[in-house]
Amino acid sequence: MSSLEHAGTPGEVAAAPSAWDFFADRAFRALAKAGAYLILLLLAFILWQIGRKAWPGIRDYGMGFLTSTTWDVGRGHFGILPAIWGTLYSSFLALVIAGFFGVVMAIFLTQDFLPPRMAVVFRTTVELLAAIPSVVYGLWGIFVVVPTIRPAADWLYTHLGRIPFFGSTLSGPGLLPAALVLAIMILPTVAAVSQDALRQVPYRTKEAAYGMGATRWEAILKVMLPTALTGIFGALVLGFGRALGETMALAMLIGNSNQLSLSLFSPANTLAALLALNFPEAGPREVAVLMYAALVLLAITLLVNVAGEAIMVVARRKVGK
Amino acid sequence: MSPGTVPAVERGVANSATGLRGGTLSLQRSPLERRTLLSALLTCGAWAAAILASIPLVSVLYMLVVRGGARFDFRWDMLVELPPAGFETGGGFGNAIVGTLVMVGLAAVISVPVGIFCAVFLAELGPHSTLARAVRFAAKTLTGLPSILAGVFAYASVVLVTGTYSAPAGAMALAVLMVPTVVLTAEEAMKMVPRITRDAAYGMGCTRSQVIWKIVLPTALPGILTGVMLAVARAAGETAPLLFTALFSSFWLVEHGAVRLMQPTASLAVLIYNFSGMPFENQIELAWAASLVLVLLVLFVNIASRLLGHRRV
Repeated sequence: MSSLEHAGTPGEVAAAPSAWDFFADRAFRALAKAGAYLILLLLAFILWQIGRKAWPGIRDYGMGFLTSTTWDVGRGHFGILPAIWGTLYSSFLALVIAGFFGVVMAIFLTQDFLPPRMAVVFRTTVELLAAIPSVVYGLWGIFVVVPTIRPAADWLYTHLGRIPFFGSTLSGPGLLPAALVLAIMILPTVAAVSQDALRQVPYRTKEAAYGMGATRWEAILKVMLPTALTGIFGALVLGFGRALGETMALAMLIGNSNQLSLSLFSPANTLAALLALNFPEAGPREVAVLMYAALVLLAITLLVNVAGEAIMVVARRKVGK
Repeated sequence: MSPGTVPAVERGVANSATGLRGGTLSLQRSPLERRTLLSALLTCGAWAAAILASIPLVSVLYMLVVRGGARFDFRWDMLVELPPAGFETGGGFGNAIVGTLVMVGLAAVISVPVGIFCAVFLAELGPHSTLARAVRFAAKTLTGLPSILAGVFAYASVVLVTGTYSAPAGAMALAVLMVPTVVLTAEEAMKMVPRITRDAAYGMGCTRSQVIWKIVLPTALPGILTGVMLAVARAAGETAPLLFTALFSSFWLVEHGAVRLMQPTASLAVLIYNFSGMPFENQIELAWAASLVLVLLVLFVNIASRLLGHRRV
């Protein structure tokens, strides 16, 4: 408080910045700017590196790489259609599950269902789901999820096997356990972004609905959700983007088999799992092809994530008005 | 379900369908009306969904404690021993703990200074410049970068160049994943520093860097540290970027008293992945025990960062 004690003589206090101060100021600002440029450079460098290393693969296999279904290192046949299909299918399944639970969780946490203390408990639970490493989820999936759902899967196969979704047995790893674990992993993203969207709806909007005699759920379903819809849609897109790039849990649970199937119980493959499994032992020929696959994954995730961010910007602007 | 938390307006609302029952106008909504019942039913559904969504976390933690803890059984030597080969019994994952710490530490050394410098530019020097907008976009894009692609990038730019799998290659991949988190959280933290504090410093004749060094950074420090710790917690659990950059190793980083970084390096996450697919009971037990250690490590850093964040004004 007694700052006067620290003040020196008037000349000392009022001195203009020295030449050294000027130099330090300039140098520091230049460094900060360099840091900013470095981030831009990093993104460009990542794109350039992967693109450059993928070029031999693109040159040799062209667009046929995206539509071929065989992956045979020995004969030099490479195609990633099953991996693209598996990536999209597993992410879509995960999004359906996580979308439902994530949005319900967001409603539950933002619409005064819980006393504040309980809300903190549930919110922390959802956030901690995001903190568990994906490899631990993979381990948990192998030893808990697969044995748990196998009886149900077998029952569905024997009784409803004619429906293509249940058209094969669950022999261990497969699409459904992978999608379930994936759903758990993207649930925090969907729930957190949806909560933000719901919180941005002005409180008086809800009060107006209650004032008109709406029940709690009428207010939520007919007023809150439609108002926050764009933001929630953005949350789903961002969650989808997260799911597309998830690697370990899928590499451990999906079975890594190159086949195109609608069945929830058959093993499949994803782009990220393909990279994780084949990179460590790849020769130079295969590396170029894998880099091509990495480029495809990069393009898909960038597209989805940029779309998600764009939707969020629109949503913020809409509610702000 | 729990009317105690419902705003009073909802309960005391006139309803045309029931309000005129018995000839007098009632402001009460009948509890047996379809709308009211539907609302109660949906509330039950929301509770059920919320509890169902919490089951995985409980189950994961339970399995970690039971299966991981069973292996520990007060034999701490597992933390300092080397991983066992095929049919061996015993063993541990000491080198993997060291490897994880070394690689995450290296990644933090690379990413934290760059991230904070960048955040200083975004928050203080040119918040509305075109460069800042482009950098924010790049940082957001990097946040969504699949972790395996960070590994692919480090493989192309470090492993292929140096010709060997190594700890720095793994650290490079982790740094790419940490940078955007550090940048975005540090920027937010610096923006929270009140305008007037800064203006007071400028009024006393500080240069811009003096304001940043002496006012903004110290005030924003808890927030910046929260971001750094969150990034560290995430990096410690990452597996995909290490698979083909650091690979794995059954030996110590230190050999004959010299630290050799340019060689394949073990990490807890890759050890869990490798051992989970093995047909040997010993290795699977070790995978669970290593998971327990990894999760404790990650949760510890995560919770510490939350506590730090809470103290922030």
